[in-house]
Amino acid sequence: MNGVHDMGGMDGFGKVEPEPNEPVFHEEWESRVLAMVRAMGAAGAFNIDTSRFYRETIPPHVYLSSSYYTKWFLGLEEMLVEKGYLTREDVAAGHAVQPAKALKHGRLERDDVERIMVRGKFARPAPVPAKFRIGDRVRAKNIHPATHTRLPRYVRGHAGVVELNHGCHVFPDSAAMELGENPQWLYTVVFEGRDLWGADGDPTLKVSIDAFEPYLDPA
Amino acid sequence: MSDHHHHHDHDHSELSETELRVRALETILTEKGYVEPAALDAIIEAYETRIGPHNGARVVAKAWSDPAFKKALLEDGSKAIGTLGHVSRVGDHLVVVENTPQRHNMVVCTLCSCYPWEMLGLPPVWYKAAPYRSRAVKDPRGVLADFGVQVAREIEIRVWDSTAETRFLVLPMRPDGTDGWSEEQLAGLVTRDSMIGTGFPKAPGAPS
Repeated sequence: MNGVHDMGGMDGFGKVEPEPNEPVFHEEWESRVLAMVRAMGAAGAFNIDTSRFYRETIPPHVYLSSSYYTKWFLGLEEMLVEKGYLTREDVAAGHAVQPAKALKHGRLERDDVERIMVRGKFARPAPVPAKFRIGDRVRAKNIHPATHTRLPRYVRGHAGVVELNHGCHVFPDSAAMELGENPQWLYTVVFEGRDLWGADGDPTLKVSIDAFEPYLDPA
Repeated sequence: MSDHHHHHDHDHSELSETELRVRALETILTEKGYVEPAALDAIIEAYETRIGPHNGARVVAKAWSDPAFKKALLEDGSKAIGTLGHVSRVGDHLVVVENTPQRHNMVVCTLCSCYPWEMLGLPPVWYKAAPYRSRAVKDPRGVLADFGVQVAREIEIRVWDSTAETRFLVLPMRPDGTDGWSEEQLAGLVTRDSMIGTGFPKAPGAPS
């Protein structure tokens, strides 16, 4: 979706403000949100792409004025309601008033935590050979799906070069909508800064994205 | 709420609306049997105490000290780090990108906050915030200036936008004046930002 989350190349957000000696969490509740998202994801309530899509669908004015973990919280609560794990009555009451729904993988237990400290595996066997080779020129498609995609707006319509082939991976555009994993070839595609930003762009800049094959045409 | 939380000294009335809603959600999820609070505690503890930039720093120091390891690391980051039993375990598709006198690498996630958690811990606020996400791909030298970092004009800047489940770690250049240093000493020079590409390692002898 062409949401406000797709920020690459936007102007007006001001300076980057590094915080010296930044703590891991600024407030205790942030840590609880992070842990709840990890635990419910591990329990199979949603996949990582769906959770990203719910954050992206937070209304733009709320997205821009909310802290990172507030967005995680808002996305989590809405997703759990829409997927049937919570009801609005539960939320209004602040307690479980409706029966629970079974979790696909069961509750994450204390002894299983170590397992989820390593990233999940997203590589899948290739259903078809790769269409592109390293060194091929490709063009990012000019597509504007209203649902989740990982093709940022700032590269759409631009040509670049395939630099790495990462194999076949779960396709977020399908997985986010719970339409299956639909594995696709994944490439690092590198663009010249001036192709993206015009003649005034930094001539020494190159930008790459990781692009799934359905995002690309031969160029 | 359980009694494990550290800072509970504020009065209830001082809790923000978000904090109240978060507590209520945890209560509901616990009552429904979806989460075990002790498992949540363990997740938090791991990020607060064990998983942080010191993991990445050990990998970088090893790469600076051991050419065979460096070669393997650049070929397949996940596999190479998997051979170091003492460093945090790492998932698939970690891509290590090397800074050279000709090229400076920077990592961003313009769409959200993708970041090599196992190597660097949870990302800092600025990494997840609009100014960095919007400008890193268009004006990386301006972003570097916000960090007080200058990269010479003739050096290529390569920005890696983490748009998939690959993760990127920058291998910074080894500082001069560190000949004969042990891996442990070298690791002490490796900063988090130098592994994101928004900083350089500390110079030997600089205050830590």
